[in-house]
Amino acid sequence: MGKPRIAIITGYGINSDNELAHSFALAGGEPRRVHINDLIARKPALSEFDVIAVPGGFSFGDHIASGRVFANKLKHSLAEDLHKAAERKVPMIGICNGFQVLVKLGILPGKLDMSGSTANAMGAAATEFEQNTTLTYNDSGRFEDRWCHLSGDPASKSIWTRGIERIYLPIRHGEGKFIPKDAETLAALKRNGQISLRYSTATGANPGEGAAAYPLNPNGSVDHIAGISSADGLIFGLMPHPEAHMLATNHPQWQKLGLKGEGEGIRIFRNAVDYVRG
Amino acid sequence: MLTRIEVGQKSPSTDSQARKILATLHETFRFSAEKVAKAATLSVYTLEMELDGTAKERIARDLFTDPITEKFAIDAHLATGSPGAAGSLGTAGFDFLIEVGYKPGVTDNVGRSSREGISDLLGRTLSDDDQVFTGRQFQFWGALTRADAETIATKLLANPLIETYLILSKEEWRKSPAIPKTSGKVTFKHKPEVRTIELPESDEALQKLSDEKVLALTIAEMRAIKAYYAAAETVAHRTKAGLPASPTDVELEVLAQTWSEHCKHKIFAADIEYTDETGKRENISSLYKTYIKAATEKVRPKAPWLKSVFTDNAGIIAFTEDWDVSMKAETHNSPSALDPYGGAMTGIVGVNRDILGSGMGSRPIFNTDVFCFASPFYDKPIPEKLHHPRRIFKEVHRGVKDGGNESGIPTVNGSIVFDDRFLGKPLVFCGTGGLHPSTVNGKPSWQKTIEPGDRILMAGGRIGKDGIHGATFSSAALTEASPTSAVQIGDPITQKKLSDFLLEARDQGLYRFVTDNGAGGLSSSLGEMARESGGCKMHLEKAPLKYAGLDPWEILVSEAQERMSFAVPPEKLAAFLELARRRGVEASDLGEFSGDGLFEAYFQGSLACSLSMEFLHEGNPKLKLKARWAPPRHSEPPVNFWASRDLKADALTLLSALNICSKESWVRQYDHEVQGMSVIKPFVGEKADGPSDAAVVRPLYDRKEGLVVSHGIVPRYSDIDCYHMTACALDEAVRNAVAVGARPGTLAGLDNFCWPDPVESENTPDGQLKLAHLVRSNQALYDYCVAYGLPLISGKDSMKNDYGRGKDKISVPPTLLFTVIGKIDDVEKTITMDAKAAGDRLYALGVTRNELGGSEYFRQLGFTGNAVPKVDAVSALALYHRLADAIEKGLVRSAHDCSDGGLFTAIAEVCMAGRLGATVDLAALPTDASLEALTPGAKLFSESQSRFVITVTPQNCVAFEALFHNGGSGATAIKVPFACIGEVTDRQDLVIRDASPGSAGSGSADPGFLFSAGIDEMFASWRRPLDW
Repeated sequence: MGKPRIAIITGYGINSDNELAHSFALAGGEPRRVHINDLIARKPALSEFDVIAVPGGFSFGDHIASGRVFANKLKHSLAEDLHKAAERKVPMIGICNGFQVLVKLGILPGKLDMSGSTANAMGAAATEFEQNTTLTYNDSGRFEDRWCHLSGDPASKSIWTRGIERIYLPIRHGEGKFIPKDAETLAALKRNGQISLRYSTATGANPGEGAAAYPLNPNGSVDHIAGISSADGLIFGLMPHPEAHMLATNHPQWQKLGLKGEGEGIRIFRNAVDYVRG
Repeated sequence: MLTRIEVGQKSPSTDSQARKILATLHETFRFSAEKVAKAATLSVYTLEMELDGTAKERIARDLFTDPITEKFAIDAHLATGSPGAAGSLGTAGFDFLIEVGYKPGVTDNVGRSSREGISDLLGRTLSDDDQVFTGRQFQFWGALTRADAETIATKLLANPLIETYLILSKEEWRKSPAIPKTSGKVTFKHKPEVRTIELPESDEALQKLSDEKVLALTIAEMRAIKAYYAAAETVAHRTKAGLPASPTDVELEVLAQTWSEHCKHKIFAADIEYTDETGKRENISSLYKTYIKAATEKVRPKAPWLKSVFTDNAGIIAFTEDWDVSMKAETHNSPSALDPYGGAMTGIVGVNRDILGSGMGSRPIFNTDVFCFASPFYDKPIPEKLHHPRRIFKEVHRGVKDGGNESGIPTVNGSIVFDDRFLGKPLVFCGTGGLHPSTVNGKPSWQKTIEPGDRILMAGGRIGKDGIHGATFSSAALTEASPTSAVQIGDPITQKKLSDFLLEARDQGLYRFVTDNGAGGLSSSLGEMARESGGCKMHLEKAPLKYAGLDPWEILVSEAQERMSFAVPPEKLAAFLELARRRGVEASDLGEFSGDGLFEAYFQGSLACSLSMEFLHEGNPKLKLKARWAPPRHSEPPVNFWASRDLKADALTLLSALNICSKESWVRQYDHEVQGMSVIKPFVGEKADGPSDAAVVRPLYDRKEGLVVSHGIVPRYSDIDCYHMTACALDEAVRNAVAVGARPGTLAGLDNFCWPDPVESENTPDGQLKLAHLVRSNQALYDYCVAYGLPLISGKDSMKNDYGRGKDKISVPPTLLFTVIGKIDDVEKTITMDAKAAGDRLYALGVTRNELGGSEYFRQLGFTGNAVPKVDAVSALALYHRLADAIEKGLVRSAHDCSDGGLFTAIAEVCMAGRLGATVDLAALPTDASLEALTPGAKLFSESQSRFVITVTPQNCVAFEALFHNGGSGATAIKVPFACIGEVTDRQDLVIRDASPGSAGSGSADPGFLFSAGIDEMFASWRRPLDW
């Protein structure tokens, strides 16, 4: 097949769309920035794309709560197209504000298999939307821009984080604290391999507990969770910004470490492009 | 119908706002833990629209409430003790409750988004009458009194200028557990009309008219207006047009806006008689033309990359063969004094619009911000109507943070300067850089025109009473009677939608001209645009309003935010409006541009304003001012003061000086890397906490070219001489850029003057001296721009930064922010300031002189002194070229400029950033041989300009030294002072010696040892003051 067609959704305060488009292009995709109102008018329709990406930003200024008003818009105007895309097994990614949108829409992590069964290796299709986790105010009570070490969960089913043991990316948010509805929800996420990325030390170790984990865990996320996926591993959301580490010169210590060329973040996008290409 | 919905947290663990408020009350307000033991926050939404029970429930549950962490109540209260909630009556769940909401008409961004959410959720378009008003509720537990609650409400939670608040005690709540539902709708009974204003005969009455109407026009200007209306030509025109002989209120307001200091820069255009300290007189006709414009004209032949300077909303320079960049810096001081959050936010989103309106439209790619405040620890009484500087600091920071972050524009460079004279007016400088294709639809994008017949389009936000008289108000001193309508709150999301739309419309060729609506509103933007075609005819009733009841003159001069004006060819009108609709942007056709030389506005079919374009733009009389320079003499420390100093203690204290200490906890709250262009961030080094000298961004991801952005600002030196203050600010900006790898000759400058009123008057008896400061500052600007080959591309002046009158008057020190932007050929060759490896050699570049006048060190000792640093441009330029050569050849591992606090601060920062130690011997430091030997203290703390501390890997030292000894060509092939003064070590301390012959301890086991300071010890001092 040709280059996978990537829909980069824009509008209403989304603002990381240019660098996300360039990141997908570096990874071998064919990105197109599309305004949400054009998708609603189906000019073009979501069905014309192989991958759907909701970039970071401040949709509706984070008013009421981050991602909520944009999620509300998607729910009432694009839900059917999103369901169909999930059924078509289209990989989707939500980054930062995009992650908040997907979580508040309930696409992520989607309706959970609470049975305790681990039989279904690929999990169910992520077509039932139900908000069972949230992203809320950082424990620090403030927006922060800082680089974080992340480690991939070996049990993760996410196609987006395949082969990623450790990755270094910036977070830039005020509402990134991940909270599952209850202990059962967290257990189900773990059991189903839906936890993809965690905040860690530079060597991949657990950053510790409570306030002592700050700033390694920059927001107080439960279980240090930075990114989760749908049960089938195709839909993925994370608070850190892989598209902000698309070039080596984005790395805060690139000079001292002598880094050149592509940045680490591209690995995530290349995983999806490779997946679509088969 | 009003519906009230409250949303609160299920558990205190997710109420981080409450924790933050509690911390502030304990730490800043010094309330004990008994007084305020616990706090909770709630969101309150008041919906004014017809809704049935199901709809209310859906809105509350699905739109306003997070199902995981939050709970809600509809037309009931979450506070226990209320009839509608689960708690039992009679036991209030708080000791004091404070609820805060906006005053009617104040921008309510959350309310606007809520309205859009409700429309999406209900699947129907809401009418203009359907509105949402938002508020915040705070509950407190503890032994606090009503007076405490009042303090918390007015000093922390609400700004009474724009917000209302309600305080309820536990007892009051028990008696009546309810909060009334209130609509925030604006209802004016006023019927809009055009009035005629008779111009009185006497000067006194004319001046009174100007003052009463906040026109800020001088008597000479009022007389010029009177003469215009009396002229036979005007009389004939008005008779024919059916207008009264006297001006309409619309006309008078348009003239006042257009002629305001803010828009016309009258002081920079004035005729000035300047007398220097020797009594020599000089007549200067326009500071702007004589110094600023002349400097750029002189440099222009060497800067072929200049595209558009001074004429547009921003300066435009070439970046690559296909792309140009724009830059502009603005100030928003007066609004930030009254409402620091809203004022600062409008500052940043306002300058973003300047970029959007540059050329055919430029995309903002970075912001810069520089603030000047009084000390946040100021402990003397605060004058009437002013906020405590700590609150100003926090709220200005929050405004710029929200404005920049929500707009998706990284804040890449800035600083915070403290001086208690900024109590009267904080200075809030906001800058923005933009990127745009050098040609748009086949035409150079920096050029734009308007043809008669083009339609006048306004797009973006609506017009309200907000910001009326902003331009004239900022042209006057702040007093207790300053108008509250001058305050606006920014709406970054409406602007983001507008900016996305604008760039699409640009690329589709849907307009011929664009500019922003800033100070003076439509009157200013259309007044300027109409010069292109030669006139305009607009219909004021077609402008969309936030609420009814605005008079026509208010529509014309309102500074309501987030609006841009366009000239659209008639054949593109339909496509322009259709794209706006698809992007959710409101656009209105207000009339057409004409070519008849008249600025005309109609209201409901009748002509309300018809002014000659020539009079409007050229009719204001030139100011004639006097300036007289008398150099001050400040006291100096006693001759032998060094003998009694403990250098280590002084050094550590210096790291805690407000102008030197770390600002990390504040800067980290800015998104500094959205858009993915970041190459050198505000903080660099091993743990990303060393302060970088300049920002480098890479606007085109697939190219290696970069942009460098830096600045210099040193108002301290103004106390000695504004000539050298200016030279030092400019040199600091340039050397900051050079420190990361930029080269002089590729840099362009922006000048932002913030001055106290320099016009001699009853209230400004020292006006001649203040104007002399301004003259000298401009002279330095010219001298050093020409010497450095540095063209000025844009600038701005704010000339009334005073508070109060008479002996209580507070004037800011004359302040120049000098910003530099320039091109870097290869970002992969840029360098940061942190020490990289033990064993690397430490070099000092440039000459250290005994220049402690105005220094941070002298300030610490309580002196100003007189030996202000002076810039030797010839020697500095040679050094900058040499350093640029060395960096380009990869010979330099790190470079940091020496500025506030001198050599010691620079070396300490290099070590702290790299988490490495160093040994330094000051004996080798290049000093001026013609002067007496410097004491070690003077070497460490002098603020001599044009100096760097760099590190070089040992294997590169020979090549580096050879280049520095023999490099350069032509004018730059002169001797450049430099010396190896030490070495980077892997010990966690900085060891300072001065083994000069005859210095302390010579002959001892460790000759010249002065002190050793641990990295942790230095960090603690450097971090402490502002780490909150």
